[in-house]
Amino acid sequence: MTFRVRVLVRLRPSVYDPQGEAIRKAIAADPRLSAETVRQGKMFDLAVKADTPSQAKERAAAIASKVLANPVLEDFSVQVLLD
Amino acid sequence: MARFAVLVFPGTNCEGDVHHAIETVTGQPAELVWHKEGSLDGFDAAVVPGGFAHGDYLRAGGLARFSPVMEPLIRMAESGRAVAGICNGFQILQEAGLLPGAMLRNESLSYVCRDVRLRVEANSSPLTCGLEPGATLRMPVGHAEGNFRADDDVLEALEADEQVIFRYCDDGGEASDAANPNGSRNNIAGVRNARGNVAALMPHPDRAYEEALGGVDGRRLFESLHRFTES
Repeated sequence: MTFRVRVLVRLRPSVYDPQGEAIRKAIAADPRLSAETVRQGKMFDLAVKADTPSQAKERAAAIASKVLANPVLEDFSVQVLLD
Repeated sequence: MARFAVLVFPGTNCEGDVHHAIETVTGQPAELVWHKEGSLDGFDAAVVPGGFAHGDYLRAGGLARFSPVMEPLIRMAESGRAVAGICNGFQILQEAGLLPGAMLRNESLSYVCRDVRLRVEANSSPLTCGLEPGATLRMPVGHAEGNFRADDDVLEALEADEQVIFRYCDDGGEASDAANPNGSRNNIAGVRNARGNVAALMPHPDRAYEEALGGVDGRRLFESLHRFTES
């Protein structure tokens, strides 16, 4: 069967995020808003064929580590979306 | 005679400059090689030019490593032949695991397009084998993602092993913060692999190889590349 799997890719905590910082400053420009920190990431929704949710998660993790994330800068998390 | 391959991905846009630079500077034949090619047999060196390979979708250079030509390129690198990258070519070689580190968005968040000065750090690479460490060169950069990143331990190893080949510097040759156009760690503008046959830089020697372009310092890199193929 086909599972919907969500992969979130984000910069590793030790990596400075210039885009996130620019967004944080933009937020702070409105006196009613503020955020202590902003970190920007990427979201991918995959449809993955597998027998079980855990197998789907495993397959998506393999895709994430090989293609979606660059381990020099980024890490990722994988979540099977259950309707 | 040395034969040079100039790789072309969908979105590459500096292949004409690199091709012309190689033939003009070295007098050797260069050939454009489409990314679908499965072989680089018969070539003594390959250059991955700048541009936006595969639209830079996912990450700069991130999808190019899945093109068929990357397999023979990796074999070429493993065989000890020269592989060089310029700008987007640098990012592609990093993504392919042929060079260390990764490029983050420029610290300024702006696309930077201007002349920079580079200090030659090591002549143990195909792009610098004809240069003197400490010499400085002027040529343009044009990139939004040239902010060189690597973990502390990787960076220390790169420095200790003299794998940093170019650093951004000021007119006095000082690698200052003010001379750093993108926020790169340690002002790194170019690196080589451990073996010393794969090298790349963010600035464009292919935009500085004849007087009409406003500078000729880029010639030295193509001359080095030619020299490397003869060694």
